[in-house]
Amino acid sequence: MKIGWLTLLLLLPFVGALVTMAVPKAKALLSKQVALGFSLVVLVLTAIVAVGYHQNGAEKYNETHTWIKAFGANYALGLDGVGIVLVVLTALLTPVVIIASWNDADNGRWSSKSFFAWILALEALSIGVFSATDVFLFYVLFEATLIPMYFLIGGFGGPQRSYAAVKFLLYSLLGGLLMLASVIGLYVISARAGDPSYLLSDLIKLDMSQNTERWLFLGFFFAFAVKAPMVPFHTWLPDAAGEATPGTSVLLVGILDKIGTFGMIRFCLGLFPNASEWATPVVLVLALISVLYGALVAIGQTDIKRLIAYTSISHFGFIVMGIFALTSQGLTGSTLYMFNHGLSTAALFLVAGYLISRRGSARIADYGGVEKVAPVLAGLFLFAGLSSLALPGLSPFISEFMVLAGTFSNHKVIAVIAVLGIVLAALYILLMYQRTMTGPVRDGIEKLKDLNAREILAIAPLVVLIIGLGIFPKPIVDIIKPAVESTMQRVGVTDKAPEIPVTEGQK
Amino acid sequence: MIGLILPAADFVAPKIEYTELMPMLVVFGAACVGVITEAFLPRALRHAAQLAITVVAIVVAGVLTGLLINDNKELIAAQGAISVDGPALFTWLILLALTLISVLLFAERSLDGGLSAFASQAAAVPGSEAEREGTAARIEHTEIFPLTLFAVGGMMLFASANDLLVLFVALEVFSLPLYLLCGLARRRRLISQEAAMKYFLLGAFASAFLLFGIALLYGYAGTMSLGGIADALAQDTGAESILLAGTGLIGVGLLFKVGAVPFHSWTPDVYQGAPTPVTGFMAACTKIAAFIGLMRVFYVALGGSRWDWAPMMWVVAILTMVVGSIVAITQTDVKRMLAYSSIAHAGFLLTAFVGLAQAGSGVSNGITSTQAVLFYLVAYGFSTIGAFAVVTLVRDAGGEATHLSRWAGLGKKSPLLAGIFAFFLLSFAGIPLTAGFTGKWAVFSAAWTGGAWPLVVVAVLSSLVAAFFYVRVIVLMFFSDLPTDAPDVALPGWQTTTAVALGLAATVILGLVPGPVLELAARAGEFIR
Repeated sequence: MKIGWLTLLLLLPFVGALVTMAVPKAKALLSKQVALGFSLVVLVLTAIVAVGYHQNGAEKYNETHTWIKAFGANYALGLDGVGIVLVVLTALLTPVVIIASWNDADNGRWSSKSFFAWILALEALSIGVFSATDVFLFYVLFEATLIPMYFLIGGFGGPQRSYAAVKFLLYSLLGGLLMLASVIGLYVISARAGDPSYLLSDLIKLDMSQNTERWLFLGFFFAFAVKAPMVPFHTWLPDAAGEATPGTSVLLVGILDKIGTFGMIRFCLGLFPNASEWATPVVLVLALISVLYGALVAIGQTDIKRLIAYTSISHFGFIVMGIFALTSQGLTGSTLYMFNHGLSTAALFLVAGYLISRRGSARIADYGGVEKVAPVLAGLFLFAGLSSLALPGLSPFISEFMVLAGTFSNHKVIAVIAVLGIVLAALYILLMYQRTMTGPVRDGIEKLKDLNAREILAIAPLVVLIIGLGIFPKPIVDIIKPAVESTMQRVGVTDKAPEIPVTEGQK
Repeated sequence: MIGLILPAADFVAPKIEYTELMPMLVVFGAACVGVITEAFLPRALRHAAQLAITVVAIVVAGVLTGLLINDNKELIAAQGAISVDGPALFTWLILLALTLISVLLFAERSLDGGLSAFASQAAAVPGSEAEREGTAARIEHTEIFPLTLFAVGGMMLFASANDLLVLFVALEVFSLPLYLLCGLARRRRLISQEAAMKYFLLGAFASAFLLFGIALLYGYAGTMSLGGIADALAQDTGAESILLAGTGLIGVGLLFKVGAVPFHSWTPDVYQGAPTPVTGFMAACTKIAAFIGLMRVFYVALGGSRWDWAPMMWVVAILTMVVGSIVAITQTDVKRMLAYSSIAHAGFLLTAFVGLAQAGSGVSNGITSTQAVLFYLVAYGFSTIGAFAVVTLVRDAGGEATHLSRWAGLGKKSPLLAGIFAFFLLSFAGIPLTAGFTGKWAVFSAAWTGGAWPLVVVAVLSSLVAAFFYVRVIVLMFFSDLPTDAPDVALPGWQTTTAVALGLAATVILGLVPGPVLELAARAGEFIR
């Protein structure tokens, strides 16, 4: 049997996790090297797949095997523009996190090798989630990602980690179980129409009554809104990200939460286009609240990690807004935003993690004048912060601009209010920078060591990409575009013609 | 006396289909052989001999059942008393498989200083000199093996009874040995005897309800056979009230055995008091037999009046799920927690039962209720016995340490054991890639297919509550610190190791590739009349 590319991407990290666990306890260093090696191989393979996808299209990567015939479930993997971008992000962030967290798990509840094994298991499941083209398979992997994340938070984190882990799990299960009801509903409708099938390509052909479609949509949307997370289902994120190690937080916010917004595009818009259009006003208002509320609460935080978590809630508000603006520009912007947010939040969390591990406290009040003692650390922190507030020239700016422009053409009021989010972003980032990095050197900071080579190495790829994609985002936009267009077609909306047409001369 | 008056020519020997009934006959026959062995063999040889007889009988019966399934046998046997149909054969097979695992646990002697989990002399007063002497002399009640065989034989008969009287006889045949087995714990004998007493009294009470219900249904239909009652329903004899009362009373008797709310109150006490291997056996096998019996009576005999009893079952299903999951949260004992979890599982099973997804009620495509329930029972049975087997291993000086606080930090002491138990719990909670998830998916879709989608919503929310208390145990095992006086993890003998390994293997396989078992359950088809 020929093993498909995506299956390989899915299996390899799993094998890596098992090999990592098999390394004897005494050889902690070896287990880390094994984990890093596997994640790098996965990264290389993903790059090959991405290039192949760009040149030859998605056909080559589709795999479909019957899995559970009675349920109509298939082991079906495939890529589209949105999926490949997130698979690349996953493959990229995993080695970055492994390098950055090299010593973070040494004092955890369990041996450090289990930390790295769980990370690889999470990578495998996430790649599966982003490439599943069967709703049942997607659901199974979606729920399965909770287990590694649960143990990553609960096993290696701050003093309140058990509480945070359980809260994370219960919130996610609540969403997931309501989605299960919708997934079962899809099966019933599919079975009534003929042989049951969970393949996306079969499901989009189904006829649903208006009410059924809306109910099923709500089940899916609720799960994704909890995952994303949107206000008012967001309270688990600050706790989880605040207690987890910085590396875990990166995986949680950078990858796992993207499943929520990814699911909105692929499943809410893809399977329930009419219901999505029906829900647009409420979703947009919730997204707007997330943007503003997340930003306002972030300003008031006293804990660096919780602050970053709240900024993410604000960013996710932008992403959801772009998706449900239902314009191709907004949707493209949101997809790009998912990728860029992964880069900038990873950089911010990791640098903040370096800082916190040196001082042993996450309280903003404990810092001051760091830029005098550790200039490289402070510089990178500023860079990560600026990318998070979408400074022009850095990649998040482009996506945020596209989201706002896309929203503006359909929903002017919402877009105008959302612009406030940018102002608030400048406030929360710069205030945090000012309080921790500038000013007189505080007690306990004098002997702060600057970053070492390993720590810089972990951040370097993120910095390069943030600048590179900030100046030249075309390659990634080209990959996203076709998928966005087919989704738009499915929803049945077309972009409004610009009110001031582009004239020949201006072109 | 009457026989003398009848002319001899009128007597026709009843036709018994020995081939089809052979699995059951083997089990009952072996049980009788076991009783004789008990009387004639010297004590030193009994344990080995009884174990051999039991295992051989179960394996032979299992192989015979497999052959029958392979031949697609379907018929009403023994003059209409027993129906050997697809669901019955499937049930026999899982009952035999689970009993085999349980018997291995019964035979385990390496956990408690070379002694089994059963009392040396059940008649000796707890704490008395006679008890100490018995323990010192290493006396054992090897009767547990024939008792188990009788119980499983009764369960097989119960699941295939095509006649209400046979149903009742079968109920008593499997209940009486279980009452006895419950009272035989070596440790904490008072709780064990109390459990046996409670189980017996409440069980007798439930039997009386069942019997009265049978009598009323006989009054309505004029026959005891399930098919005959269905015919009477179709003709609508007009005695509605007697039919409804009979249905309700039979329902009480059967739901008691299933462990559904509000007939569940025996479950936690009995599960806690019984010797843990017996608890595992009861939790898995009694539930299976009782559920299939329930479905057979209500689908085959009372299917025609489903609009009368379905609302009642809706209420019972909702109550069972909600009460089972919520009350489980407050439990502080592992065995009681698993008892409430088994109640919640009975509720999930009931959703498929009242969903009535079957050809008879106009559902032509997709998963049927019978298929879903059969699959769920397999998944649940293996995980349950595996979980109880793990419970037998966590011990301190007083026997098993079942209080939840004693399990704190177990993940540190024995990561493998805690990991396996966590996996079973995740399966109970219905996390994907475990058997529990596939099972839940199956019963919920059967319920929805039959139109009971509000039940699915309730079930999903109860699953969340249930997940909370399963996760709580995982938190306790992995995220709490190990106390200084933590219980030991006993080194299991091959018997317990095999039982845990089989439970684990089934839970993994049914989670990853449930296809074959689902196909088998689908092939079992519907109950025949």
